[in-house]
Amino acid sequence: MVRQLGQTTLGIVRDTGDFTLFFGRACMSLSKTRCLPRRILRAVYEQGAVCLPVIAIVGVFTGLVLGLQGYHVLSRFGSEGLLGTLVSLSLVREMAPVLAALMLVGQAGSAFAAELGIQRNTEQIAALETMGVNSLGYLVAPRLIAALLVFPAQAALFVVLGLWGGSLSGSVLLGVDSGVYWSAVERAVEFRDLRECFLKAASFGVLTTSICAYMGFHADRNTSSAGARAVSASTTRAVVFSSITVLVADYVISSFFI
Amino acid sequence: METTDFALEVEGLEKGFDGNAVLKGVDLRVPRGSIFTVLGPSGTGKSVLLKCIGNILAPDSGRIVFEGRPLRDPAAREDFRKRCSFLFQGNALFDSLTALENVALPLEQTTSLGKVEIFKRSLKALHQLEMKDFADRYPGRLSGGMQKRLALARAIVTQPEIVLFDEPTAGLDPLRRNAVFSMIAKYQRRFRFTALVVTHDVPEALAVSDRVALLNQGRIAFEGTPAAFATSSESGIALFRDSVEALRQSLAAIRSEQPAIS
Repeated sequence: MVRQLGQTTLGIVRDTGDFTLFFGRACMSLSKTRCLPRRILRAVYEQGAVCLPVIAIVGVFTGLVLGLQGYHVLSRFGSEGLLGTLVSLSLVREMAPVLAALMLVGQAGSAFAAELGIQRNTEQIAALETMGVNSLGYLVAPRLIAALLVFPAQAALFVVLGLWGGSLSGSVLLGVDSGVYWSAVERAVEFRDLRECFLKAASFGVLTTSICAYMGFHADRNTSSAGARAVSASTTRAVVFSSITVLVADYVISSFFI
Repeated sequence: METTDFALEVEGLEKGFDGNAVLKGVDLRVPRGSIFTVLGPSGTGKSVLLKCIGNILAPDSGRIVFEGRPLRDPAAREDFRKRCSFLFQGNALFDSLTALENVALPLEQTTSLGKVEIFKRSLKALHQLEMKDFADRYPGRLSGGMQKRLALARAIVTQPEIVLFDEPTAGLDPLRRNAVFSMIAKYQRRFRFTALVVTHDVPEALAVSDRVALLNQGRIAFEGTPAAFATSSESGIALFRDSVEALRQSLAAIRSEQPAIS
């Protein structure tokens, strides 16, 4: 048992070190990447535009639910006027960056991990290396830059649609005065809240994109399965680890802001 | 021959996986401008040897020398990379790029050529491989033979001095096998690159190669001309050569026994 514990610990330390090196190399490769703006634009489209409908739907419904639940809790204390405060702070500080990141991981992150896994399996990554193309610079680095732009933008969209959803359920359906709702929103959200939101979103973007890239890039390292199964296993691991990382990182970043 | 007459020299190359030795001290010398074929039964490490040479796998020990400079030296390795192309067994074409984009990729990423020049060179490479009409097609919509030609177009577009072919006829029928070897011979003569091919297709390889080597149980069992290989009475070589011939004959016999389908 002690041996197993030791082996597991060593494995975690090795994987963490390997991941850190992978991330460092991906960042360093940025300076050597050719046609970077074009590849970043493409990555922004693949990560951002493709996920817009999902983010929009989840944003509106999160706002609707926050408005509904918040109204019923606040009305017990006669504080319905604070609904805008509750919805806006919940969205800006936590819900928008976290849920937008989870949605992006589920849609764009999993697709990215699977794409890299297939490219590894079909020797496309090896082909890049033999051509003298830096595979990390070509495949991963543009995605990291795109994540820095897309995750905060999607979080911002999530906030806007969430606030609108909260207004819809709170004001239109449950009768809270619209002016009261929006003025509470305006009073509640400070610059530091927005800074926290965007910092979280950008951090989640870089972390989850790196994890998905790492898992897909090393799909062939999976010793328990090979081929298509190895790709599916690496994609699953990418989504699971990324989702856990989002929640852990959320706690860590939140603790610095409170 | 002088050392400089060899494009590649492999000395005592060893490589193993999880304690199993695959290459047990391989020595090879590939003359410049020749077609050099490494033959051998499946699973003897031919692809591993090629991947070690192509810098995809790191050898456990031994030396690979390119034009007198060992590839352990980063500058020599970088130089080798620029002057060498690798043709993968499964072609390794980028399935999300069109045929033209596939060919243009190495030029776009490794040279400072302008867009127009890259377009011209890529189109020329496709034209040379009779693939110009399929420039806008994605690899998935091309036949196996066309994919092979496209992979070769991508390999030659950078005008390499060495092209490494990993089982170029794997999974192809006899007609296409012949066509692929003819293609290698034709373009090797035209572009004068050094071709290092690994395959287990003996007759086709003997027909087009300048020199052949037999890799058996992780070591080079024979190196010489195709004529010497074909007539060698050495037991290991004769056994491999005859087993291929015996398989060919038994397949022909099975085919002749099949009832005609009306």
